[in-house]
Amino acid sequence: MSTQVRKTAVTPLVEARDIVKRYGPTTALADGRLTVLPGESHALVGRNGAGKSTLVNILTGLQAPDEGEVRFDGEPAPAPADRDAWRRKVACVYQKPTLVPEMTVAENLFIAEIHAAKSTRLNRKVGRGSGPRRSRNGMLRPPDKHSINRQPLQRGFISWRKLRTEAAELLATWDVHVDPDARTSDLKVEDRQMVEIARALSFGARFIILDEPTAQLDNREIERLFTRMRALQDSGVTFLFISHHLQEVYEVCQTVTVLRDARWITTAPVAELPRRALVEAMAGESVEAIAEQAVDPRDVDHDAPVLLEARGLTSPSYTNIDLTVRRGEVVGLAGISGSGKVQLAESFAGLHTPTGGTARLGGERLPFGDVRAALKAGVACVPRDRHDQGLVAGMTIGDNATMSVLDRLGRFGLVGTDRKRAFAGALIERLDIHTEGPDQPVSDLSGGNAQKVVMARALASDPRLLVLINPTAGVDVKSKESLLARMDSAREDGTAVLVVSDELDDLRRCDRVLVLFHGRVVAEHPAGWRDHELIASIEGVDHGYGISPGDNPRTPGRPAGGRGD
Amino acid sequence: MKTAAKSPTAPGPAVKGVLAPKAVLLRRARELALVPALLLLMVLGAVVNDSFLTERNLISILGASAALAMVVLAESLVLITGKFDLSLESVVGIAPAVGALLVLPAAQSGWGTELPTALALLAILSVGAAVGAFNGILVVKFKLNAFIVTLAMLIVLRGLLVGATKGKTLFGMPDSFYSLATTTFLNIPMSVWLAAAAFAIAGFVLKYHRVGRALYAIGGNADAARAAGIRVERVMLGVFVVAGTLAAVGGIIQTGYVGAISANQGNNMIFTVFAAAVIGGISLDGGKGTMFGALTGVLLLGVVQNLLTLAQVPSFWIQAIYGGIILVALMIARVTTGRAQD
Repeated sequence: MSTQVRKTAVTPLVEARDIVKRYGPTTALADGRLTVLPGESHALVGRNGAGKSTLVNILTGLQAPDEGEVRFDGEPAPAPADRDAWRRKVACVYQKPTLVPEMTVAENLFIAEIHAAKSTRLNRKVGRGSGPRRSRNGMLRPPDKHSINRQPLQRGFISWRKLRTEAAELLATWDVHVDPDARTSDLKVEDRQMVEIARALSFGARFIILDEPTAQLDNREIERLFTRMRALQDSGVTFLFISHHLQEVYEVCQTVTVLRDARWITTAPVAELPRRALVEAMAGESVEAIAEQAVDPRDVDHDAPVLLEARGLTSPSYTNIDLTVRRGEVVGLAGISGSGKVQLAESFAGLHTPTGGTARLGGERLPFGDVRAALKAGVACVPRDRHDQGLVAGMTIGDNATMSVLDRLGRFGLVGTDRKRAFAGALIERLDIHTEGPDQPVSDLSGGNAQKVVMARALASDPRLLVLINPTAGVDVKSKESLLARMDSAREDGTAVLVVSDELDDLRRCDRVLVLFHGRVVAEHPAGWRDHELIASIEGVDHGYGISPGDNPRTPGRPAGGRGD
Repeated sequence: MKTAAKSPTAPGPAVKGVLAPKAVLLRRARELALVPALLLLMVLGAVVNDSFLTERNLISILGASAALAMVVLAESLVLITGKFDLSLESVVGIAPAVGALLVLPAAQSGWGTELPTALALLAILSVGAAVGAFNGILVVKFKLNAFIVTLAMLIVLRGLLVGATKGKTLFGMPDSFYSLATTTFLNIPMSVWLAAAAFAIAGFVLKYHRVGRALYAIGGNADAARAAGIRVERVMLGVFVVAGTLAAVGGIIQTGYVGAISANQGNNMIFTVFAAAVIGGISLDGGKGTMFGALTGVLLLGVVQNLLTLAQVPSFWIQAIYGGIILVALMIARVTTGRAQD
C-alpha cells in the first residue's frame, strides 16, 4: 500500500518528482513527490511542518525547487517568471483571500485583464475548442465552451457595463451564484472561495489546489462546497485538497498522498487506506501510541464547588443564558457558526460585553468588557484566531507568552530579562513547544507550535477559569493531542475549563457539552454522547430547525482526527 | 514505537535549532546597522575638513541635534505604538511661544500676564501634554485617522502661533528659557545631557518595563494586545501625551539654541523627524524599532547637516542636497538592515 500503486497509461495531469527545497539550513522538503491524475480529487495530508505548503508553493510556481522537477500534462513546468503560463496550469485557493476586498466581484474576476500590460485573456480568442491548451495524451480536456472572448477594456478605458455582463456570464458558466456587483468583502467565505475558483478556471487552469478550504466553514457550508467540488470534477476539473480533517478526505477524495517530516510517505487510493493506517502514516507512530499520550477523562466530581455561575446573560449574540461550571470541570460549547457560542465564551474573558445578566466567579462578580479585570479575577483565554488576537507576530515567543503577566515578573512594572526568559522557558517546556528558545520570533513557528504559545500565554497567569476558543483550529494531529492534554492537566489542578470548538475531538474531552442554537442553549450532552446525537443538536435537526432527517447530514461531522474509531 | 513517540518531530525543526545563536546575533547586528555608516561619515568628514573632528565642532553637532532628538524620541514612541503624530512639529513652536507670551510684558508683544518663569515653563510642558491629549482623544476614543487628525492639528497650531505672535519673533525672555542650551556640564550643553538621558530612559522602559513592552505589542497587533489584557486605549492615549510633552521640551531646547522664538519655529521639522526615525529602523507600520536605532538616525542627520555647513554649500542649495542625502541614507539603511522599511 505504501508504494505507488498506479501503473496507468494515463499521463498524469501534474507530476512532481524528487523535489528538494531548502531555506538556509532548514530543509523544508527533502523528498517531495506528487502524481495527480486528470479528473480526480487528490488529498494532500500531513502534520504542520510536513512540507505541504512548500510543495504547494512549488506546484504553483511561487518558488522554484532546488532539485527535482514539476511536469504538467507530461510537459515541463513553465519558467518561474512566466506567471501567465503558470496561471493557465494551476491555481490555489488559499485560506487567506487573494481578492481585493473593496472591489466588486466583477472587477476582481478581470483584474488581470485590466491591469496586465499585455493581457493574457484579452484580445485573444481564448480557447474556443482548440487553442493553446491542446491535450497531448488523448485525455481530453473539456472543450473550451467556458472561455469567453472578453474585452473589459475599450481603448484602455474600463467599460463597466461590459465587465459586468461578462462577469455574470463567467459566473453562470461555472454555476456560481454570486452577484457580480457585490463588494467582495461582503461575500461569505464559501462564495469568496467559489469566486476564486471561477477566476482560476477562467484563466484556463483545470487543476485547482484548495488549501484548507473547510477551515472557516460550518458543516452545512462544507457540504455545499463538496457538492460543488463534485460537480466541477464531473466537468473535468482536478483538485488537490488539503485538510486537517481526515473525514473530509474520505468524503470527497479518491486518492491521498501523505507527507511527513518533509518526505513523501505514501500515495494510495482512499478506499484502500483505512483511517487508522492514514493516521499512522501521518504521525509516524501507531494510533495507540498517540492515544496513550492522552490522559483519560476522569470521573466528574459533582460535589466540587461551583466556580463560574452565569445568570440570564444576554447580548446581541445570545439570549438569557444560564451556565455553571464547577472547579475541575471541563464544559464544551458547541453550535453552528453564528450560534453565539464564541461570543458567550468571550464574554467571560472580557472580549465581548453582555448587555444583561450577571456572572460570578468564585462568588465574586465578574466584571464584563474588561480583559485586564477578567485576568485579575482569574480568567484566561485562548482567543478564537491566533493571527488576529492570539499573537504579535513581530515579537518573540518569550514576549508573547509572558504578555499578560509582565506585572508579576518584577517590581514597579520592571521586567527582569532573566526572569522573563526563565518564565518563558518553563512555559515552553511545559507545553512542549518546539523552538530554539524564548528569543525566537513567534512568526517562525508552525501552526501547531504557534497555537501552543497562545495556550502558554493563557496558562501563564495560573487562571481559575480557562476559556479556550477553537484551541486546535489548523493544528496537526499530534500538536492537537498535546494541546488537549493541557486541558486534562488543567482540570487536574482544579481549573475550570470552558471549550468552544467545532471539533468533536475537542468536545469529547468535556464532562458535558452545551449546544447553542441561535443564541440559546438547546441541549446538554453529558460525556459519552454519540457523534450523531451531538451533530443532530448542533445542526438543529432534533429541535425542529434546519435540514430534514432524510438529507443524510454529514453524519460524523468532523470527528476523530486522531482516533481509529 | 514508544521511543519514536518521545523524540519530537524528527529532522525538520531539529535542523532549525542549529541556527539559534547565529540568528540572535544577526538580530542584534541589525540594531547597530547604522553605526558603520556613521563612522564612515565621521572619517569622511575628518578627511574633507580639518575642523570637523574637533571637540568644539562635535559638541556643536550634538547641541544642534538635541531639539531634533527630543522630537524624534517622541515620534518614535508614537510610531512604535502604530500611530502617527505630525503635529509634534507645531508643538515645538507653539508650546514655548505660549510660555514666552505668558512672561513677556505687553510692550514686547506678550500677553502682559508676566507670570513667574517657573510657572511659564510648566505651562510650556502643559501645552505639549494638552495637545497630545487632544490628539489622543480624537484618535483613540473617536477612532479618527491619526495621520489626518494630526495633520489638521499641525496646521491649526501653526496658525495659532502666527496669530498669537502676529507673525513677530519673540525674544527677551528670562534666562531660564535659554539655560538648557547655554549652560554646560563637562563642556557639553545641558540640552544634550537631557536628550541623552531621555533616550536612555525611553530605551530602558521600552525594553524592561511592561509599559514599554505594551507599546510593541499594541503596534504589532492591537487586538492580540487587547486580548492579552493590555489596556490598549489607555496606553495609546498616554503615548500621545508623553510625545506632546517631549516635543514641548524639544521646543524649549530649540528656543535656547536659537535665542528667540520665531513664528515658524519647528516648520518642516517633521520631515526630518520621520527621516531620522525611519533611517534609524523605526517601522511606520508599528511594533518595530529601538531607541538606539532612532538615536543613530538623529546623529547621522546631524553629522550630514554639519558637514554641509562646513563644506560651505550655498544656502540656497542646502535643502535640496539635504533631502537627497536623506534619500540616499534611507537606501543605505534598507541595504544594511536588509529589511523592508514599511
